[in-house]
Amino acid sequence: MTPILLGIEDLAIAASLVVLDAVLSIVLGLGLHRRLAWASLRLVVQLLAVGFVLRFLFAAPSPALTFIVVLAMTGAAIYESTSRGDRRLRGWWRHACAGVAVAAPTALVVLLALTTAIRPSPWYDPRYAVTLVGIVLGSVLNAASLATNAFLTTSVRSKAAIEARLALGADRWTSLGSAMRESIRIGMLPIINQMAAAGLITLPGIMTGQILAGFDPIEAVKYQILLMFLLAGGSGLAALLAVRLAALRLTDARQRLRLDHLVDARSGADR
Amino acid sequence: MSDEPSLIARNLRNAIVGPFDLHVAAGECLSIVGPSGAGKTLLLRMLADLDPSDGEVSWTGRARASWSGPAWRRLVGYLPAEPGWWTDRTGDHFEDLDRAAPVAEALGLAPGLFASDVVRLSTGERQRLALVRALSVDPRVLLLDEPTAALDAASVGRVETLLQQRMKDGLAIVLVTHDEALAARVGRAQLRISNGHPA
Repeated sequence: MTPILLGIEDLAIAASLVVLDAVLSIVLGLGLHRRLAWASLRLVVQLLAVGFVLRFLFAAPSPALTFIVVLAMTGAAIYESTSRGDRRLRGWWRHACAGVAVAAPTALVVLLALTTAIRPSPWYDPRYAVTLVGIVLGSVLNAASLATNAFLTTSVRSKAAIEARLALGADRWTSLGSAMRESIRIGMLPIINQMAAAGLITLPGIMTGQILAGFDPIEAVKYQILLMFLLAGGSGLAALLAVRLAALRLTDARQRLRLDHLVDARSGADR
Repeated sequence: MSDEPSLIARNLRNAIVGPFDLHVAAGECLSIVGPSGAGKTLLLRMLADLDPSDGEVSWTGRARASWSGPAWRRLVGYLPAEPGWWTDRTGDHFEDLDRAAPVAEALGLAPGLFASDVVRLSTGERQRLALVRALSVDPRVLLLDEPTAALDAASVGRVETLLQQRMKDGLAIVLVTHDEALAARVGRAQLRISNGHPA
């Protein structure tokens, strides 16, 4: 079976739904229409750009180009994850923490998939490497930023409790322990919920896409299962790394709680 | 440098308060008095190494830097004016309930309190329990921030008796209080602070 290809007019019909949203926003005074327009525009431009880059990349697979594209995607994910949340780590630590927490689990999980389950030839074949990185990044980024945000918020809120433990001579890991555990949980919950809901409440995107493209449903399901496991592993690792690193930054060599290493993003301009 | 057990701070300061010089020997109490906002709490937090500070701090002639942060804070306990609690159940804050119970009783606290939730305790009960908790790790120095602020006269008396008793056993105390009478009774030495500096 060949996939049904879409024309411009098909997209235009779907775009009318976005216009409907915008009208709703104006009528109900939601104040969302500007952001909606901006987001829709970004969606179209960004995806089209990606489409052309991928087409170019797939036409003549090159390890260097693939690596550059993967690097750029990771960089964008790190930037995105550092610009979420009300409280942020001060200085370059913010980027370093996000960078490690996003890049390391992504690299690990994607390399694992490329060398075991999928094994394309060559192994860096961008059709697999770039798409896998894209999928994993989204999930890992979400886990890392949710966990970081939860941890920073909890640390500020539980300052008295954390310092009570420090004052009794507990080390930073004990003192921050419950905040860290709770935050890692928060980072991992989305992927757990996603796995539990898959197939019943939602038809996962990859599987849906492959079925729409003419794949046998069972083969598509196997891909989806593999990906979900990759995402679960990546998310858990990302949440753990993000929280561990943030905990290091929120304490110092004397193992004091250093909330002065945080800045409140709400005081700055944030779209 | 002296080998006599004592807490010594020289030129202790941060960007806001100081410099402070103080000396408390084992078995003694230094009381710190001064108006609200004078920097008394910040001084205690710097001594406990919960806030960064410049200057020298030592215990029995040994510089603070030779201890890790946690080891120093086991040695120099700190009880804030509003103590923190990290789990719901009161008893979970104590490693050894059998040792904590008699101390709690000496402060007029019912043994049943250990089984109840922290949020159900009164401010005064929490304040006294936090004192029990701070003593339960056997510090050599105890930094107390308004330990009797929420207490009735009878409870203040019990706290005072307990502190006197611990001082006889060699505990050094730095006591921040608005209660000048208490400061005079417990602490022979007094440091007066205003506007972040020794007055």
